[in-house]
Amino acid sequence: MTMTEDILNIKSPIEPDVIDKLTAGNRVLISGVIYTARDAAHKRIIDSMDSGEELLFDPRGQTVYYAGPSPARPGQVIGSIGPTTSGRMDAYTPRLLAYGLRAMIGKGNRSEAVREALVQYKGVYLVSVGGAAALIARSIKQAEVVAYEDLGPEAIRRLTVEDFPAIVANDAFGGDVFEQGKARYRRGR
Amino acid sequence: MREIEAGEIIEAIARLCHQANYELGEDVMAALEKAEQTEESPLGRAVLRELLENAQIAREGLFPLCQDCGTAVIFLEVGQDSHIVGGELHAVVEEGVRQGYTQGYLRKSMVRQPFSARVNSGDNTPPVLHTDIVPGDQIKVIVMSKGGGAENMSRLAMLKPAQGREGIIETVVTAVDEAGGMPCPPLIIGVGIGGTAEMTMLLAKKSLLRPVGQPSSDPETAELERDILERVNDLGIGPMGLGGRTTALAVHAEVMPAHIASLPLAVNFQCHSTRHRETVL
Repeated sequence: MTMTEDILNIKSPIEPDVIDKLTAGNRVLISGVIYTARDAAHKRIIDSMDSGEELLFDPRGQTVYYAGPSPARPGQVIGSIGPTTSGRMDAYTPRLLAYGLRAMIGKGNRSEAVREALVQYKGVYLVSVGGAAALIARSIKQAEVVAYEDLGPEAIRRLTVEDFPAIVANDAFGGDVFEQGKARYRRGR
Repeated sequence: MREIEAGEIIEAIARLCHQANYELGEDVMAALEKAEQTEESPLGRAVLRELLENAQIAREGLFPLCQDCGTAVIFLEVGQDSHIVGGELHAVVEEGVRQGYTQGYLRKSMVRQPFSARVNSGDNTPPVLHTDIVPGDQIKVIVMSKGGGAENMSRLAMLKPAQGREGIIETVVTAVDEAGGMPCPPLIIGVGIGGTAEMTMLLAKKSLLRPVGQPSSDPETAELERDILERVNDLGIGPMGLGGRTTALAVHAEVMPAHIASLPLAVNFQCHSTRHRETVL
């Protein structure tokens, strides 16, 4: 982990000792491998866990990006790919963290149950800038569908990223950028 | 009676889908630039700079501004002296959206049967179509690509008339506060006041078609818009909810008469990736 101009450079999968050093509000650039999964893929993963089926994607130690890209133009690695609202995955997340998922990237705040699970299982939740989808796409160097191709934009994709821009939103110690930021800039009433 | 070919409507809708998704409007760009100058939060300024850079990358490379290319919401203002030839209107509009989204590498985000199978329709159809019959012999075509994250935060409140102006402000501010970073602030907040339950929602949606920050032509409504904007920006939510002074770029309100028993209020959230384009045929 190195730091340039207040921005931390980190590798994904994110090692536990790096998780320990991340604090809510840190800006990071992520390089390595992350996996896309959003609403429909989460439902299928949980259904597979319930029925004891083999998982087509093993979340243990991995970073999941809540995103469904637009189609790639010919010659492009991927289309635009910004984050979707994380709160819709809250119902599934504590169970995935308990299973071994280590990091998530999305947008918007998380439920209390997710925040508690991040502390309990030593995970981290990051946000990237919603709507900065064309900019974020430039940090993606390879993309391949690894599960649920029939879901189209909601399929699970393995992404190789370089300097993917994100911000630590919930750290493993209970820090929450949304609460901190709002308290700092709120006025009156 | 003036004849307008179905093919013209299809071509216009497809073209407007592309323009709306690749080119952030100059009004939105200007509002974001101004916010970047005044935002107090360093993290907030960093977000705003990313959004401006994103808009440039999208325009130059013909990339969608946002991967969520939205539900295609189409408004047609049909002149009563015009006559559409060569196709049935709903099918024509659907074909325009189909061509726009498939040829433009835009994400297809519509599922059929929303409460069970949720199978993607594959071409972003069907659109949501609103038609108005207006004087004249032209057709105005408006295409809005409306992202799901912001739309999900929408709210309808049937207020008691006694709640009045302050009730409206409280309800809108509470809705924005509870939505936090989820609808992708900085927002444009569409407010509908009056009418009936369904009409006030439509007023809120239509208010989003105004250039960002253009006040209501009615002075009393314009003052209400200013007061709501000030209260919303005092919440501290900031760009993407990370804290800051820019939670909304603008509040747009549309008002119409209401029943003696009613004060309908609608809030429709528009994310900063505000995508709509129009043309006249």
